[in-house]
Amino acid sequence: MSNSDQSNRWLFRFSVAVALCTWGLICMGGLVTSKGVGMAVPDWPTSYGYNMFALPISTWFTGGVFDEHTHRLWASTVGLLVVALLRWLGGNASRKPLLAIGGAEILMGIGLLGVGPDWRGAGHFLAGIGGVVLLAGVVWVRNGPAEWPVVTWGWLAFWLVQFQGLLGGLRVVLDKHVFAGTTLGTAFGVFHGCLGQAFLVLLCAVALRLSPLWRRGFGAGEFPTGFRTWLTAGLLLSIGQLLLGALMRHQHAGLAIHDFPLAYGQWWPATDSASLSVYNQHRSEEVEVTAFQIQLQMWHRIGAVLTLVAISGAWLKCWRAGSLAFPWGKLTSGWFGLVVTQATLGMLTILMNKPADVATAHVAIGAASLATGSLLFLIAHQRALRATVERIPASMPAAVPAGTP
Amino acid sequence: MLMKHVLPYAAAMAAVAVSASAAEVSGKVSLKGTPPPEKAIAALKADPNCGKANAAAEVKTRLYVVGADSGLANTLVYVKKGLEGKTFAPSADKPLIDQKGCMYEPYISAVQAGQQFDVKNSDAFMHNVNATPKAAGNKGFNFAQANAGQVNTKAFDKAELGVRFACNVHPWMIAYVHVLENPFFAVTDKDGNYTFKGDLPDGKYTVEAFHMKAGAVTQEIEVKGGKATAAFTLEVKAQ
Repeated sequence: MSNSDQSNRWLFRFSVAVALCTWGLICMGGLVTSKGVGMAVPDWPTSYGYNMFALPISTWFTGGVFDEHTHRLWASTVGLLVVALLRWLGGNASRKPLLAIGGAEILMGIGLLGVGPDWRGAGHFLAGIGGVVLLAGVVWVRNGPAEWPVVTWGWLAFWLVQFQGLLGGLRVVLDKHVFAGTTLGTAFGVFHGCLGQAFLVLLCAVALRLSPLWRRGFGAGEFPTGFRTWLTAGLLLSIGQLLLGALMRHQHAGLAIHDFPLAYGQWWPATDSASLSVYNQHRSEEVEVTAFQIQLQMWHRIGAVLTLVAISGAWLKCWRAGSLAFPWGKLTSGWFGLVVTQATLGMLTILMNKPADVATAHVAIGAASLATGSLLFLIAHQRALRATVERIPASMPAAVPAGTP
Repeated sequence: MLMKHVLPYAAAMAAVAVSASAAEVSGKVSLKGTPPPEKAIAALKADPNCGKANAAAEVKTRLYVVGADSGLANTLVYVKKGLEGKTFAPSADKPLIDQKGCMYEPYISAVQAGQQFDVKNSDAFMHNVNATPKAAGNKGFNFAQANAGQVNTKAFDKAELGVRFACNVHPWMIAYVHVLENPFFAVTDKDGNYTFKGDLPDGKYTVEAFHMKAGAVTQEIEVKGGKATAAFTLEVKAQ
């Protein structure tokens, strides 16, 4: 085994660890939202006026502060890991850009301190992360860059993790601000929740691209006819479900509908003002439910059925073609298992009156399902790309950048 | 001579002052129908600090607190119409919203716009006070009260029903503060009884009984000789 192979293997392992840490971070964020403790620490990037890393343990272990502050510390760790991953992926070529970016972020952070009190937190945050980036640029690692397009994805992850951290902070700082009738805390919360899952997908893609399986082309076996269609439908529906779910969760209104499979005793509940008044009189939550929130949950239910059908369709295609033994067939089985679990958790969330652990498991499995579907989509795309390359006459130069297997 | 002219005016003014300052509106708010049962707050018991503070008691939600003869507690009764164009200086009284045993006390309170009120932490551990008013001109806040006995004084400038207070450290802790334009209001006691007193001149008014869950009902009342009574019935409709 060459040194390069050894290095790639460790790089792959590290990328898997970063992706797993990110999934854990999503679980922690889900717990924060499920428990409704996102504002338990009212300031950012400080925590109760302390440097985030110096909050007294007695305060940290008080009620919802534990969940929110742990989420912040975990997020900081993921940020560090992503900078390290980029440094490893980018090799020596990444040093100068990291130095420049780190320096620029420090200067911008210092500049933001003077803009106003609302921006002071963002200024500290930017200056702090700029320092970490600068440090990564200073570290001398003698390795070459990874293959295309993983370095580009690494840079994307690098920018996303910073933006995501900033969004999380602004969700706290601007919680009370209203723009165009929308509370900015809610809007940033929805965006923060969705972007976190997109970020997980990106890191999973990096890990997949570095994996030995990718290099080996995932073994033999053609995708069954129609598999890609079911796969694409399942993935698009999963993305739609993520958006609807994030919108529901971040309104902090509890369950909009308490019964299942019926909704307020009907297949499609009435949402006129008289009906809403009666629903609200009988709700166990303090917050009133609106027609919009009821309709959101109804569309989420319909989306769940369609997603289940689409992913089951992809799995059935594999099963009928005898493809379940291939690596991508196994992944399809895993995806099918995840979506069945996800649907069960969705039902339990309603029937058990939204306990925080069940609602968080629903977020965690949803993220895992989205990532699995995205990886399958990439694999399908990779195989299509390979087939295209093989059709190109030998006399023509390959249109695929170097490094593509 | 002077006495002859002044005395009738003085007597008339005294009579007005007596009828205005002695005004008292009272009555009872009742609940018709069957409200959903209150639920035990499991998360409170599970929290090490809060569970210890409530070791002997089962703490339940307070969505509908119904007392003797179906009297509905925690209902705001206030003069909604009849005082247009009049302004009232904020009361100098400072109501207290306390955090005790990981619950807000009282659950429902009412203040006048501009009237100061105190928020206190009586627990030996930290709470945060996150108030989220919606009316333009009312500023929200979210601050920590880390120490037992800590008091912060706040006020809302604009009238608004049901300003939500929450502790996100202990997310079941919820309270509501009603902010009124005039000083003629009261929150019903455990048996649904209310009384408000003040300089309310004789005349006709619209009074509303407002409950966070049961809704609102209004009634025309007439204050005569500084007295009026009004009974309200709110209804929980069958689902």
